[in-house]
Amino acid sequence: MDLFEYQGKQLFARYGIPVSKGDVAETVDEAVRAAEAAGYPVVVKAQVQVGGRGKAGGIKLAENADEVRLHAGNILGMDIKGHVVKRVWIEHASDIAEEYYASFTLDRSAKKYLGMLSAQGGVEIETVADENPDAIARLSIDPVDGLTESACRTWVEQAKLNPAATDGAVDILMKLYNAYVDGDADLVEINPLILTPEGKVHALDAKVSLDENARFRHPEWDELVGLEKTDAREFEAAEKGLQYVGLDGTVGVIANGAGLAMATCDIVHEVGGRPANFLDIGGGASAQVMANALEVINNDPSVRSIFINIFGGITKGEEVANGIVQALDQVAIASPIVIRLDGTNADEGRAILSGYESDRLVSKPTMVEAARTAVEMAEARS
Amino acid sequence: MSILVNADTKVIVQGITGGQGRFYALRNRAYGTKVVGGVSPKKAGTDVEGIPVFASVADAVRETGATATMVIVPAAGAASAVIEAAEAGLELIVAVTEGIPVHDEARFYNQVARDFPSSRILGPNCPGLLTVGECNIGFIPAEVAKPGGPVGIVSRSGTLTYQALNELAQKGIGVTTCVGIGGDPVPGTSFIDCLALFEADPDTKAVIMFGEIGGSAEEEAADFIRTKMSKPVVSYIAGVTAPPGKKMGHAGAIVSGSKGTAQAKMEALEAAGVRVATNPTAAGELMAEVVGGL
Repeated sequence: MDLFEYQGKQLFARYGIPVSKGDVAETVDEAVRAAEAAGYPVVVKAQVQVGGRGKAGGIKLAENADEVRLHAGNILGMDIKGHVVKRVWIEHASDIAEEYYASFTLDRSAKKYLGMLSAQGGVEIETVADENPDAIARLSIDPVDGLTESACRTWVEQAKLNPAATDGAVDILMKLYNAYVDGDADLVEINPLILTPEGKVHALDAKVSLDENARFRHPEWDELVGLEKTDAREFEAAEKGLQYVGLDGTVGVIANGAGLAMATCDIVHEVGGRPANFLDIGGGASAQVMANALEVINNDPSVRSIFINIFGGITKGEEVANGIVQALDQVAIASPIVIRLDGTNADEGRAILSGYESDRLVSKPTMVEAARTAVEMAEARS
Repeated sequence: MSILVNADTKVIVQGITGGQGRFYALRNRAYGTKVVGGVSPKKAGTDVEGIPVFASVADAVRETGATATMVIVPAAGAASAVIEAAEAGLELIVAVTEGIPVHDEARFYNQVARDFPSSRILGPNCPGLLTVGECNIGFIPAEVAKPGGPVGIVSRSGTLTYQALNELAQKGIGVTTCVGIGGDPVPGTSFIDCLALFEADPDTKAVIMFGEIGGSAEEEAADFIRTKMSKPVVSYIAGVTAPPGKKMGHAGAIVSGSKGTAQAKMEALEAAGVRVATNPTAAGELMAEVVGGL
């Protein structure tokens, strides 16, 4: 779950990381109140989960209340790469002497944590990595041992920050590591981490992604629910407990298992169609779960046909077929459906489905044939 | 021959008294797996249809001589269950539990690797493994599979593992061992581990490897295949159509920027001499050609 900048900063503040004084605002009046509290000059920052806010005009400096009104008015409602700005973050503007970069994430190849620190901050770290890889000091951290202060200090020295920033950087990095591990984050990133002319080190931005699997030990995350979904279909699917990712095609996809669901999207693409979504209903395929999945797909206006791809494993073919038939009773479906059922007792399952077949419900024995039929149906109705 | 497990492997089940644990323990036993015990601190001294339940893994190992375990406990208790299994000296820890926090996975993987180097973790969030006709630990529907080889299967995804077994069974091709390594970010056993074991197994003559987007495990496997493997490999990578930045069901299945794409993985595998199929059925057909030419 990706956090907005303001949520990330609130999380940082809980771990003692210095951030600018500020507040979040959803209206121009709230923005002015937040600016008065923070003290002028302030920065008005669009809260969207996409890069390039500054270039799009989503970050502005304001010296007084009139300028806050002007900029907040322009930025609220602005469309930045398809993300509509619903909130702005207002914070006291910082004087910047130098800009750095710092992050912690998992190095999947090494199966250790990876800390990255660079004296070249304020730009995308991918750009630094491509153009000047030596400018990034990398630290591999054993998750059992954790990060010691002496290892952290050596790392900061390797990154060749301004010596005036060393103590402040070590302090922030130790706290950031704590936020990463204790906070159950997949990623914590500060870009830029700044050194002020007074010699203070300070987080000017916050990028945090939390590990959904750790939700059971973080009741405080409940207040963050729902803020990150920009796709209405994904929101509805999440409410029904389905693994769903919205895509931009016309063939609705339902499959059991993440790998099979991806493979189903791929094969639709391979035979010349475009999947409307990825949807994994999990290992089993009960009537209720299938009905929920069909409802989500049915509510997507761009769907022209539906491809249900089920591999009966533990759940036998006849149970899957009965589940589909019951689900069709519960939901009135606008698009024609193609079903491919394979695996344990697939023949029994297909026999059940054959009693319900029509030009609206077709059963095919293989993935490729089913995908072709679903794509033809979608094209015929486009 | 086979890899990792065979007809003699004695298995215990951590979490045997839960609904899922009981179901799969009995199902695995019905297949012929030697399920010799279970662990449940609160129900020690009872039994599950004749399978004795012990208070701790150490007790179960002492009484039964088990060398493998299936960890099928809730996600919150998985880390301590895995460590307990390693401390008791089990060689193979099959963690099927899904939804484990990534920091827990990273910690128990590294702790076991450092302090208990003779223990191997498979998973977490994996469907388990099957040596056809001998031993099934986990969720794999084994009934369709034909024993005896010559093909070994390794896959990140559960349902695609079953799909691979099914494609081969329909063509009358036998399988030695089928391993689901799981789709989480810190898998205890990698593609490379399985490829090396299959390379050393005399009854495995060819390998099917099903990967998916995210991470670089498939690229690392390609490097291993190019430099260390003599046996032919057929592969399929799921997620060609996956958009960047979205988790596709598995926590580990995510394209980050330009990294972890299906395209890059397919190219790396092709460059290593692997026959790469564009869908699971085509992979089965390619493997039929390979087996026909053995």
